[in-house]
Amino acid sequence: MENTELKEMANKLRRHVIIMTATAGSGHPGGSLSAADIITALYFKVMRHNPGNPQWQDRDRFILSKGHAAPVLYAALAESGYFPIEELRTLRKLDSRLQGHTDRNLTPGVEMSAGSLGMGLSFAIGVALAARLNAKDYWTYVLLGDGECQEGQTWEAALSAAHFRLDNLTAIVDRNRIQLTGWTRDIMNLEPLSLKWQAFGWHVIEINGHDFNQILTALEEARKIKSQPTVVIAHTIKGKGVSFMENNPAFHGKAPTLEEAERALKELERRELR
Amino acid sequence: MSELMIEASTRETYGKTLVELGKENKDIIVLDADLSPSTMTRLFAREFPDHFFDCGLEEQNMIGIAAGLAASGKTVFASTFAVFAACRCFDQVRMCLSQPKLNVKIVATHGGITAGEDGTSHQAIEDLALYCSFPGFTVIVPADAIEAAEAIKVAANTYGPFYIRLSRPKTPLVYSEGYHFTLGKAVTMREGKDITIIAMGIMVAKAMEASLPLARQGIGCRIINMPTLKPLDEEAIVRAASETGAIVVAEEHLAHGGLGSRVAQVIAKEKPVPMEFVNLKDRYALSGKAEELLERYGLTAKAIEEAVRSVIQKK
Repeated sequence: MENTELKEMANKLRRHVIIMTATAGSGHPGGSLSAADIITALYFKVMRHNPGNPQWQDRDRFILSKGHAAPVLYAALAESGYFPIEELRTLRKLDSRLQGHTDRNLTPGVEMSAGSLGMGLSFAIGVALAARLNAKDYWTYVLLGDGECQEGQTWEAALSAAHFRLDNLTAIVDRNRIQLTGWTRDIMNLEPLSLKWQAFGWHVIEINGHDFNQILTALEEARKIKSQPTVVIAHTIKGKGVSFMENNPAFHGKAPTLEEAERALKELERRELR
Repeated sequence: MSELMIEASTRETYGKTLVELGKENKDIIVLDADLSPSTMTRLFAREFPDHFFDCGLEEQNMIGIAAGLAASGKTVFASTFAVFAACRCFDQVRMCLSQPKLNVKIVATHGGITAGEDGTSHQAIEDLALYCSFPGFTVIVPADAIEAAEAIKVAANTYGPFYIRLSRPKTPLVYSEGYHFTLGKAVTMREGKDITIIAMGIMVAKAMEASLPLARQGIGCRIINMPTLKPLDEEAIVRAASETGAIVVAEEHLAHGGLGSRVAQVIAKEKPVPMEFVNLKDRYALSGKAEELLERYGLTAKAIEEAVRSVIQKK
């Protein structure tokens, strides 16, 4: 896919997120919208994967540690062909395969059950170690929230990924600067975030997480770094693409009303036409 | 008590069994959290350094790594002290092992108050309640080193998450070589018609010791070893209640949530009979030698004997 197509796909994923969360009446649109471009780049450009065979042993792995961004992952999986797009409307409904937070038992293409924060990087380390043990060349990607970097386990894992010299693992931090009740700097300051990862032994790349050139270049650079893991700190906007959701903590964990959803979809459609 | 005088270490057996398993199965990976000389995983680490990962003092991270390895096809053993495996990692085990039903075996040493001198922080007395609360987990407490070896091999060859609790001190052998462990099955150690003592772990040997003076006074105790706490052998419990009419449960664990609670639930539903419990009451234990602590907190053959005398009057 060319960058213009990637932009269109990201926009499509955003519209799915709005429809899904509005239909469900609950969910986390803000952090799904901020991660939409990163996830689009991974699923529609970077990763080697096979929607017809989700358990393909040589697939690149994507682990969503910030499990509340499940809607945008489901949207990417559906658009990739892991399950029918119509199924997206079942999000959070009883007996749906699309649980409120990811469930690896139920959803084709979902690698990890998540939702309790801070666990995904540890899981990704196990997956990356297995690649090394099995002499497999698949790549392991893990997406963390920035608020999630307040969890102690994230830093346990950061230490050990560097200790094990996992140069087949790329972490991406969705640095949207907002968590449930406000700005990260006010709730629990993370800065200097880049220096922290560096101090833990990681190769750090900082990018604009909504610029496909920068996303793709960073992910390419990560694959060339030897003997240490790479973290891409992707500066993003929470709620990206919908004016009244952007930088608004209220939409971390609140679904749009049907009326808000209509406004949001109109804005996103206008963006696509531009 | 000459028949119970031979002692062996369940954790040393664990290390040796891991080495055996590692020779047969190259997909076995062992993790530890800076306790390999104590959990004895170092025996495996020496033999298979490439299949062993020390996760340092990052128990929560270790559980996630174990899950990632298991999700990639490995059979993972992860070890630390029982208190850390249960209390510190509860949410990690819940989300990364229990819910996704991954093939990870938590083999935790230093279970119970017999962890001893290190005191409360190192004595796991609520671990079985916590692990039994996880849907889909298999929970095992071997009665001795011979049963431990068997249970560890069965765990390695049975898909799914397991918790196996071992002890710090050497413990009396209640089995001899050639014993065959069956997952989820109780073992009748001694027949008796007046009452049944259901025990696990180190309390099995104590139950057998308690039965001798009782036998001399004409009280016949059936002794059941219940190594698998989950899934529980309900049929053996109901049969014991029907045939002997009273039950004593003995365990090195808090009163709530362990073997006693689980047996009582079956009895209450299927075949109510008088019950008595030998276990730890609602408090933490102090530092001390294992035997001193067992004496202080009432986990003795004498306590089992008294429980039998007490409950048999209610028949």
